[in-house]
Amino acid sequence: MLESKSGVFFVAGLAFFGIAFIVMGALPYTIYRGLPEESVADMIQEHGIVPEFVELAEKFPTQFKEYYGECNVESFEAALRRGHRIYIGEACWHCHSQFVRPVSKESSRWGPVAHAREYNNELQRPVLFGTRRVGPDLSREAGRRSNDWHIAHFYKPTNVVPSSVMPEYSWFFDDDGYPNRDGMAIIMYVQWLGSWIDEYPYYLGEGPKGPGSAENIDMSGVE
Amino acid sequence: MADTVESNISEGSNISGASISKDGNRPLVEVNLVKWHFIMGIAFLLVSMLAGFLYSLQFMQIYPLKGIAFFSPGRWRFVHTNGVAYGFIANVFLGMLHWVVPRLTLRPAASRSLGYFIFFAWQGILVATVIGLLMGQAQALEWGETPVWIDPVALLGLILVAINFIAPIMKVSGPLYVTMWYFMAAFVWTVLVYAMGNFLPEYHMNGVAAGAIGGLFIHDLVGLFVTPLGWGMMYYFVPIILRKPIWSHGLSLVGFWGLAFFYPLNGIHHFLYTPIPMFLQYGAVISTIAVELVVTTVIFNFFMTLRGSGDMLRRSIPIRWFYTGMIFYFTTCFQCAFQTTLTFQQIIHFTDWVVGHAHLVMFGVFGFWLLGTMVYLLPRVLGRTRWYSESLHEWHYWITAISMLVMFFDLTIAGLIQGYMWKELASWESTLKASAPFWMIRSISGTAMIFAQFIFAYNVLMTWLGKPSKEAAMDRAVATDEEGLAPA
Repeated sequence: MLESKSGVFFVAGLAFFGIAFIVMGALPYTIYRGLPEESVADMIQEHGIVPEFVELAEKFPTQFKEYYGECNVESFEAALRRGHRIYIGEACWHCHSQFVRPVSKESSRWGPVAHAREYNNELQRPVLFGTRRVGPDLSREAGRRSNDWHIAHFYKPTNVVPSSVMPEYSWFFDDDGYPNRDGMAIIMYVQWLGSWIDEYPYYLGEGPKGPGSAENIDMSGVE
Repeated sequence: MADTVESNISEGSNISGASISKDGNRPLVEVNLVKWHFIMGIAFLLVSMLAGFLYSLQFMQIYPLKGIAFFSPGRWRFVHTNGVAYGFIANVFLGMLHWVVPRLTLRPAASRSLGYFIFFAWQGILVATVIGLLMGQAQALEWGETPVWIDPVALLGLILVAINFIAPIMKVSGPLYVTMWYFMAAFVWTVLVYAMGNFLPEYHMNGVAAGAIGGLFIHDLVGLFVTPLGWGMMYYFVPIILRKPIWSHGLSLVGFWGLAFFYPLNGIHHFLYTPIPMFLQYGAVISTIAVELVVTTVIFNFFMTLRGSGDMLRRSIPIRWFYTGMIFYFTTCFQCAFQTTLTFQQIIHFTDWVVGHAHLVMFGVFGFWLLGTMVYLLPRVLGRTRWYSESLHEWHYWITAISMLVMFFDLTIAGLIQGYMWKELASWESTLKASAPFWMIRSISGTAMIFAQFIFAYNVLMTWLGKPSKEAAMDRAVATDEEGLAPA
């Protein structure tokens, strides 16, 4: 068996792979099957439209009307979907994680530790844990900074954060320097990340008080 | 490089694949396919390394092509990793398979035209992937960013590759040689891994469960596609060049079956501390440590094989690439056994440590092995008896090896600094400032690495064009001198 064609093909090739897939892939799938996937519309219905979206509509009325029409649930959903596509296509997820770990004092810096249910929605397909943190984690970014900050930052990050190594995304802006359809979408996506948590935004070491907030997490034993 | 010349003489009849296979009048080895897969592999190596270099300039805030969506640094990072995996590594492996499988089975691949079809289809898939990625159509799966509309085509290509090479293996009777175990398993695994990673998280699963599958995919792509093809290649070329068998067949068995069992269980170690059930995370960590023990037996086997032929490290460039790669392989696996523990993960996860590890694996190990294989095979498939220049090989080797080490240590140290600064809640900007010098050294070592690959490409080109080599001219001069002196 150990050196035969069928042994290698069926045992090493198929069976060992199958065992690993069942244990490491199918098992977590069955464990989390009770957690149904939420659609974007479900999420919006449950947690509402983020105030930054309304602000965008008020601040750039002509552009907003052209790109997204009325400021309502449908246009917010369209912006989130578009923002999510840009987040993937521009490789944002290669330099920003969406995952607060229970170690290294991460909950003091970012906010509450990541929970399984946060990943069970349409905009985590495939899941965006991230792979490297060149820039900060973004899963608790909602409301932490203003729309104006994001507009300035996407246009030329070093104007806002001098040592930033983030690229300039001038193609998110129209000829007059206003955010275009893509610009509004990516800003909304970032302003939405973490907005489903009861109390936000979170700042380094001074998250809002209340259950699940940074201060209330027992840090002993995880350092 | 004496061995190349010697082997050329002994295998002289096969230089152009002239030997006839058992199955009929078809040449055993379709030499043109080996050649063109190698050439395209080298081309993609240069493209992906330049892409990586371009992207690294962003880290020094001196990116030259700002404000052009097509040249967005993030998109070129996709090109860097995918170009290396599917352009360089897959192409050179395919060329190598077209040489090794027919020679070991004494039968040609299933179909000559299928081989050519796969060659052109694969290059088409690669070009489409690069264009798709640069247009911002990536899929959010690391090492599998290939746009979703290309995935089914690529999977079909992998199935055809498996059919093309499994066919001759099936005709062999009796036990298979070690290389064939690895290749056979790799054909099955690659198809399964690609299908699992590219389709399940995108269409069928979601959330944390899909994360587990993503982890399996990242790991299995290296562990079940690149690694078995790489080791199969070592078990073929090392005994041939050293002209002696592998030291222990028993250890070869341990190595293969250990890898086959433990490697597929490792995937979740990429996502430790996530909401993936903790007992599975522990399981992944333990099987990672088990892989390290298996790897030790394989490395031991190969160094015992080298024992008594240590001089070949100096004389044979391919052997030097192979064994340097093996030392790096042991280093990465040793590192892996520690870095996947929860203790190390606290500090190094999300830092440049991981980037250093990935470079050492993909280039320091498999890149080195593939370069060694090409150094050995290219004169044969190009129909030449020797390389244009041996001294260019020395330059290529030393610059590549040194810059690889510099990059590895640079990124490892940077990772530790970043990890500890994050843990001490240092401001994000201060961590960027602390990383800046390391990112500069990374770009410089990368530049040296790319320069060395251009030396290699130049050497390949000159050999291909049949330019008379400098060494050959010197040999003749020396010979004439000696003749002239002999009577006196």
